[in-house]
Amino acid sequence: MTQRINWLKYAAPQTFYPLAGALVPWCYVLAAALCIAGLYVGFFVAPTDAQQGEAYRIIFIHVASAWMSMFLYVVMAFWAGVGLALNTRLSSMMASAVAPTGALMTFIALWTGSLWGKPTWGTWWVWDARLTSELILLFLYLGFLSLQAAIDDPRRADKAGAVIALTGVVNVPIIYFSVQWWNTLHQGASVSLTRSPSMAATMLTGMLLIALAFWMYSIGAALARVRCIILERERTADWVRALPEVRT
Amino acid sequence: MNWGSVSAFFAMGGYAGFVWGSYGVAMLCLVIESVLLVARRRSALRDLNRS
Amino acid sequence: MSAPGLPAALLSVMQRDLLAAARRRAEVLTTLLFFVIVVSLFPLGVGPDPAQLRGMAPGVVWVAALLASMLALNRLFAADYADGVLEQMLLAPQPLGLLVLAKVAAHWLTTGLPLVIVAPLLGLQYDLPADALSTLLASLLLGTPSLSLIGAIGAALTLGIRGGGALLALLVLPLYVPVLVFGAGAVDASSAGLGASAHLSLLGAFLLLALVLTPWAAATALRIAVE
Repeated sequence: MTQRINWLKYAAPQTFYPLAGALVPWCYVLAAALCIAGLYVGFFVAPTDAQQGEAYRIIFIHVASAWMSMFLYVVMAFWAGVGLALNTRLSSMMASAVAPTGALMTFIALWTGSLWGKPTWGTWWVWDARLTSELILLFLYLGFLSLQAAIDDPRRADKAGAVIALTGVVNVPIIYFSVQWWNTLHQGASVSLTRSPSMAATMLTGMLLIALAFWMYSIGAALARVRCIILERERTADWVRALPEVRT
Repeated sequence: MNWGSVSAFFAMGGYAGFVWGSYGVAMLCLVIESVLLVARRRSALRDLNRS
Repeated sequence: MSAPGLPAALLSVMQRDLLAAARRRAEVLTTLLFFVIVVSLFPLGVGPDPAQLRGMAPGVVWVAALLASMLALNRLFAADYADGVLEQMLLAPQPLGLLVLAKVAAHWLTTGLPLVIVAPLLGLQYDLPADALSTLLASLLLGTPSLSLIGAIGAALTLGIRGGGALLALLVLPLYVPVLVFGAGAVDASSAGLGASAHLSLLGAFLLLALVLTPWAAATALRIAVE
């Protein structure tokens, strides 16, 4: 007789908690392995850039973190939306768990972008479309985090966060488009930090490996954080009291 | 291999500050986040044990 | 006795808000005064060079309009929340989204519209040419309703939260960016002699999108805040 896994059972914090706990170490291990592979390709295989010299090697971490910052926002908005529509606590907890990591990725993208801009364009900040959009994305993350922090009732915080996250996710393409428009109008030819599409294949490989590493890391961090959130919010539940790490 | 020597690798063609500053801060951020997560878990467990 | 029809209900919501605003004229005027002062402060900060001011004008007027519009947002739901009328609205047979739309319309008439009317005068302070002034008027006319609509979501989300004003700013200002870019860009394009029709069309499109989506989002946010 075929065994069918009832995936829906993982929608309950009680069943998800141990699953997440099992996954977290693997995520970190994978992240480390992919990171080492990506750094190897990026530093020892990919050739030097003719125009930017060795400074261009920042691209691996800049692009990876920028991609993750945008991807995590969509993930956050997705789980928040599911939590709002289906009234499931765990989905909302997942959104709250993803947010800080997403904000951190945005910060890394901005920091590395700035350090890339200085040797390339001469200034510590470049108002190009990507960096400016990343800055606004950081504000969107901080808005979500601040809103949830300001509301005491966890369920109200969940739902309010969902509304702002969904509003943000609808706006993000519009914001990106408007910033692109603004940038090209004011500066004509692209003053962009992004490389031209004709990148050496090895550079692309390096970027993808580091991006995957960041992805694994983000999943691990989010799962670890959601376990903390579950412990904090489900404190009165019997199953929490019965956990081996709690029953001292 | 791209680098003639170990010191050439660390010098990054003169851009050492920028390249290592980027990677260093990024790795530092991820490490700090992980440390904070461990601390958060410990404090949650402590609260549960106390009550 | 039958319940009032939808248009009558919406009109009465609008009338009530307009009447309340008329009784508290000072609040309405302070927003306008804030707008004027902010625009007048910039030259004091950057110097009186006419060419520089003319270049800055679209951005300065637009950012000031953004800030003034945002400051007035907590008036949108606060009074009704305090005296319990908001809970009645949640129970009303009329769709909450449309009631929100009526409130936002009244709010815009008392907040956004004065900005639109006064802005060309401020543009003169910055020596903007005549066609740039008319584009400024058009861009604000198309843009400020969007600001009120998006702001309504933020106002609903932060109802009753301590420190809600600053939080509202953080939530809402990033969402204002497209309106700012297209609005100020329209006036810039006009000053440069290029057409502003593309910018104004984008502003119009954004307004239509806001009209369709924001009432629902704000209504959801109101239910979350009240229940």
